[in-house]
Amino acid sequence: MQVTMTVNDVEVTREIEGRLLLVHFLRDVLGLTGTHWGCDTSNCGTCVVWLDGEPVKSCTVLAAMAGGHEVRTVEGLARGGELDPVQQGFMQCHGLQCGFCTPGMMMTARALLDRNPDPTEAEIREAISGQICRCTGYATIVRSVRWAAVHEAAAAAQVTETTESDDAGEIANAGQPAGSLS
Amino acid sequence: MQVPAPFEYERATTVDQAIGLLERLGSGARLVAGGHSLLPMMKLRLANFDYLIDINDLHTELGYIRPGPDELRIGALTRHRELLESAELAAAFPIFADAERVIADPVVRNRGTLGGSLCQADPSEDLSAVCTTLDASCVIRGPGGAERVVPMEEFHVGPYETAVGDAEILVEIRLPVRPGGGSAYEKVERRAGDWAVVSAGAAVWLDGGVVVDARAGLAAVGPNTTGIPGISALLRGRQPSEDLLEQAGAIAARSCDPVSDQRGSADYKRHLAAELTRRALRRAVERARS
Repeated sequence: MQVTMTVNDVEVTREIEGRLLLVHFLRDVLGLTGTHWGCDTSNCGTCVVWLDGEPVKSCTVLAAMAGGHEVRTVEGLARGGELDPVQQGFMQCHGLQCGFCTPGMMMTARALLDRNPDPTEAEIREAISGQICRCTGYATIVRSVRWAAVHEAAAAAQVTETTESDDAGEIANAGQPAGSLS
Repeated sequence: MQVPAPFEYERATTVDQAIGLLERLGSGARLVAGGHSLLPMMKLRLANFDYLIDINDLHTELGYIRPGPDELRIGALTRHRELLESAELAAAFPIFADAERVIADPVVRNRGTLGGSLCQADPSEDLSAVCTTLDASCVIRGPGGAERVVPMEEFHVGPYETAVGDAEILVEIRLPVRPGGGSAYEKVERRAGDWAVVSAGAAVWLDGGVVVDARAGLAAVGPNTTGIPGISALLRGRQPSEDLLEQAGAIAARSCDPVSDQRGSADYKRHLAAELTRRALRRAVERARS
């Protein structure tokens, strides 16, 4: 069957099997290996991507189900060549060690901050409670998300002062690695 | 890698179209909503279908929470997250928010639906216990738009089996609204977001401090979620007291039929049935009074 969806603002059309899972479509068909594939049982949360702006576990969504919808992966987190504050927070606060859970953690964190720009530690822990990290004990992940919240608030305050928006940052960057730090 | 066996994917954009597809494709077809119970079973090849009909697009038609004077109606495609975040639902039936907080995790709750949960008919499933507790009715639509209303106790006909026929779809859950009500849900799980070892829902309706009606529903202690009429009979017409709740717990333990498994022994589950029923009733009474 043919499926067409928007991934990180880019429309893609591919011939797939109905049983293909979204995580494998992203990784194996589109080559977007930033989304990790872990437990395969919707427990670990390393495969979290956005479907129409909501975090979902892509090992438990069919690629066909995403047809006609918008998907965003960790590759689409940085905008206009600038790392998202969540990504910067994970750098600044050592939010990862091995990095396996990180893409899913960051997608969930970004969605949380979009709904709740100033979450408490408890709210952050609740938001990521369906995702497993075996390195950090979660403490530095929580700290990283708080870092992003604080710095976003500060940046927003600055923007209202200069009244200059940067909508150019919305440009697609599917397939680009989110890395290349600094 | 866990991958479902091959199937043909179909998508329905209206309820009538979904029923039409079910009629045309026959018993080898299955509806999939959030898919967070069905797809894992298909990955393990515990469930195999010739056709999978994706009904997520029906959310526009079947995603709603509509309070009314006599009953509150919830569309079958309403997602867990919407149930958890609905202030109207929390005001009428706080048991829903209690249960939703302990169902899976926030990301899974973005996807899973009320109708999918009930149609999975898992004896450990939380919303089935909630709907049993609240004496819900299930609206099932079939060919030609014909609808029938099935009470919750007849909706589940066995583990993983429902009253929904081959060319039918669960479209709505109706919850009777009565004055003076309070409700609560208690669950013990091995780890956060897991299936219940045992869970208990309770609802009471008070008038002048006296119980007009009370209901309890248990999950994971029998072939289906279990309503316990003996508890209703005990509490009706009485003033709630600790002694009465003690007796209600004992009835819950006697009335259920748990099995020993990796989640716990039958004895332990009976103990939980008693204790969780007491706790849920206690909280339901507090809420009914406030």
